[in-house]
Amino acid sequence: MLDCTPKEITKRSGGLINPAKTCQPLGAMYASLGIHGCLPHSHGSQGCSAYHRAHLTRHFREPVMASTSSFTEGASVFGGASNLKTAINNVFTIYNPDVMAVHTTCLSETIGDDVATIVKTAEVPEGKVIIHANTPSYQGSHVSGFSNMTRAMVHYLAEADEENKKSQINIIPGFVNPGDMREIKRLADLMGLSSIMFPDTSGVMDAPLTGHFDMYPRGGTTVKQLRDTGNSSLTLALGSYASADAAHLLEKKCRVPALVLRTPIGVKATDEFIMAMRQHSIKEVPYELELERGQLVDIMTDVHYHFHGKKVAIFGDPDIVIALTEFMLSLGMKPIHALTGTPDSTIGGPQGSFEREVKGMLEQADLQGQVKAGADLFTLHQWIKNEPVDLLIGTTYGKYIARAEDVPLVRVGFPILDRAVHSYLPIAGYKGAMRLLEMIDNALLERIERDCTDEDLELVM
Amino acid sequence: MKNMAMKELDNEIIKERSKSIRTKGRQSQPIQCEADSVAGCVSQRACVYCGARVVLNPITDAVHLVHGPIGCASYTWDIRGSLSSGSDLYRYSFSTDLREEDIIFGGEKKLARCIDELVERYHPGLLLVYATCIVGVIGDDLGAVCKAASLRHKIDIIPVESAGFSGNKSDGYRAACDVLLRMIASEEAVPKKDNCLNYLGDFNLAGEAWIIKSYLNEIGIHVNVAITGDSTYDTLLEAPSASLNIVQCAGSMGYMGKRMEQIYGMPCMNISFLGLEDTMDSLRRISSFFDNYFISSRAEALIKREYELYAPVVESCRARLQDKKAAIFVGGGFKAISLIKQFRELGMEVVMVGTQTGREEEYDTIHQMVTDGTVVLDDANPSELETFMLEQGADLLVGGVKERPLAFKLGIAFIDHNHERKHPLSGFIGAANFAQEVYATVCSPVWRYLNLDGI
Repeated sequence: MLDCTPKEITKRSGGLINPAKTCQPLGAMYASLGIHGCLPHSHGSQGCSAYHRAHLTRHFREPVMASTSSFTEGASVFGGASNLKTAINNVFTIYNPDVMAVHTTCLSETIGDDVATIVKTAEVPEGKVIIHANTPSYQGSHVSGFSNMTRAMVHYLAEADEENKKSQINIIPGFVNPGDMREIKRLADLMGLSSIMFPDTSGVMDAPLTGHFDMYPRGGTTVKQLRDTGNSSLTLALGSYASADAAHLLEKKCRVPALVLRTPIGVKATDEFIMAMRQHSIKEVPYELELERGQLVDIMTDVHYHFHGKKVAIFGDPDIVIALTEFMLSLGMKPIHALTGTPDSTIGGPQGSFEREVKGMLEQADLQGQVKAGADLFTLHQWIKNEPVDLLIGTTYGKYIARAEDVPLVRVGFPILDRAVHSYLPIAGYKGAMRLLEMIDNALLERIERDCTDEDLELVM
Repeated sequence: MKNMAMKELDNEIIKERSKSIRTKGRQSQPIQCEADSVAGCVSQRACVYCGARVVLNPITDAVHLVHGPIGCASYTWDIRGSLSSGSDLYRYSFSTDLREEDIIFGGEKKLARCIDELVERYHPGLLLVYATCIVGVIGDDLGAVCKAASLRHKIDIIPVESAGFSGNKSDGYRAACDVLLRMIASEEAVPKKDNCLNYLGDFNLAGEAWIIKSYLNEIGIHVNVAITGDSTYDTLLEAPSASLNIVQCAGSMGYMGKRMEQIYGMPCMNISFLGLEDTMDSLRRISSFFDNYFISSRAEALIKREYELYAPVVESCRARLQDKKAAIFVGGGFKAISLIKQFRELGMEVVMVGTQTGREEEYDTIHQMVTDGTVVLDDANPSELETFMLEQGADLLVGGVKERPLAFKLGIAFIDHNHERKHPLSGFIGAANFAQEVYATVCSPVWRYLNLDGI
């Protein structure tokens, strides 16, 4: 059942089977939703916008609003400029957002629409803003789309208009859930730092049920805050693929120093995030954080024998997989397969070197493993057939492999289309690490109990 | 409480949109539909590729190869919920994953390589190549690549003309039907089978086609092939041997039925297996077509048995749902019409009806069916849906994935009548499932906790 993947690995010369990525515009749309009062706009066929909205809605279980240029035959022949101009006018007249964030698609890029000029010359109502990002679907992945739109926020809005830098810091969280963004902000608060997070989808993609529909929920980074990012004294970019580009542009444009860190998943990456903040503010780490960290390490030692030597395959977005690999290694597990659909960095594209980073960690742990960027789940499935694992960590799309190979799957990353709550609760920070530990431990133990004989069923594990 | 977007909408429904919204009893001119969406609208509509893909995807043993950048393949990977009794190949996602160099130098060679590899690995009888927006723009000749590959491998390799921008979802349905017609065309006359029909426009979501097949089988009618639910390449080729086409989803397959009538002289009957009333009516109409005493007597026996089994379920839900108000927003007009009848069976009043791509004659029927004051709208955007659901006091919305969280945010119950249905909604058992699902969502205790003061 659900197994059309042969064990034997033969050479392939292009094309993907069961992708581990999707296209740039989706990431751009998600990043745009992290601006307060923003309507993302898809400059392409209306199907693009419908697909991105549906996909995001399936993961977050929230309404996702976005407008589209609704390309027709005419637009694809004569260019989409007039569609975009009409769209700009209609968007501000009908939907009245603070910000309209335009991203391109494969079609509008291929026919060569000059969106930058159209945006520059558009008539925009006073107090309103349009930003844009080029996100051709044939480059990068949804992660680079997120990065490009985050970069556009800096490009269009960041200003260094004060003489001295403020003590506040900027945090770019990367393509993570609103629950993680909340947790990362909480950690910065606990460190006594004033911070601007951008983009920030908390309060937008995890908005409460109120009985009325807010087209623009309360969350999101405001335009005022985005402007003020140029006055901050530090930018922490969490995850090189999704966040580094915007941080580097901010350094170049407004002389805000940039520090690129791993996504703070697991004890080590969270330590590094906390230490970076401590170094910046020369403040002691508060007891509350020491407590959380101590509890996490306590749990890790309590049940380390559940994890030790277990083989695990991890797939998903590069920043997340890199951080997860580090965390699994710290538990004594063996991440023997690590794979992302996002290609490694290209000149002019988003920064990051998935294969080098993950291989480096495996070498340090004296482990052999398969590591690949720009790959698909057909490949991952073949790896697992040839070198089986005890656990699979990744998105919902891993469920086919999990069933075919009878391996437990812990759902982490984007997208998760078949479970709920994941977008509300963090996997980032010490608390997030505890949650991940619980998820992984339960998956491993439930599998043992499912498979064991009656006489081997133990009360205490 | 009304937000900004709504106030704007009340005062200034974008001028071009106002023609697509009608309240029965207030405006007399017909609704504007089958028009392109306005640029800058938050449209709920999809594209040509989407329409073509959803119709063809249930062919279980075909390789469905998407020629384009990765997105279009990712978003359609196994989302349809069509079940298979055999092959799982259709649940794999195949894409040429066009990259920048392919955009510059063309993607034909990569496509040909992908086809060769997939044929070698899977030996399918049918390989479909879907065109996406940029295929024509970068100058790839899909037809030529497919033809050459078809000759090379001696299997059917058919291009699907589904460039996203070239129309809306309905145009995609048509492109898919053209592919099917081309596939089943044969120079030799196909011998007719006795008491045999094709079942068009059921995609076997949650196993619905299996239910209908079992009914027809029981009364002595053989279902030649369901198009396309749980179909295979070989069974589809048999399509011309039936003596009747019955069409469930007229929006996607009405065209196919008409064309087969012209080409093969095969009569075509619109039926509906949604709701008790329509199911009984459809079974009777089908059996009277075959004009056979045994068929009609067995049909009556089946109707009696199934009705007695499931009508009480519907009735018990009706008692609790009486006078609740329903809003409908679905893909095609034909489904909307069936749903209006089904809500009547449940004693519910339909206060809003909208579709993404309904046709003029369907809107006429809807207009005649609904009561005064019901709002009818084409290609609605979320703000409009919100406005009218609240204004009309809807207790329930029936729709698809994008409408679900919108309804929930408003504290309105919701039922998925699209790809994400989890129970079959066809036939007698489907009518009971539908009633129970409506009851479960409308009468769920969760709505009581909406407000703090509600505790």
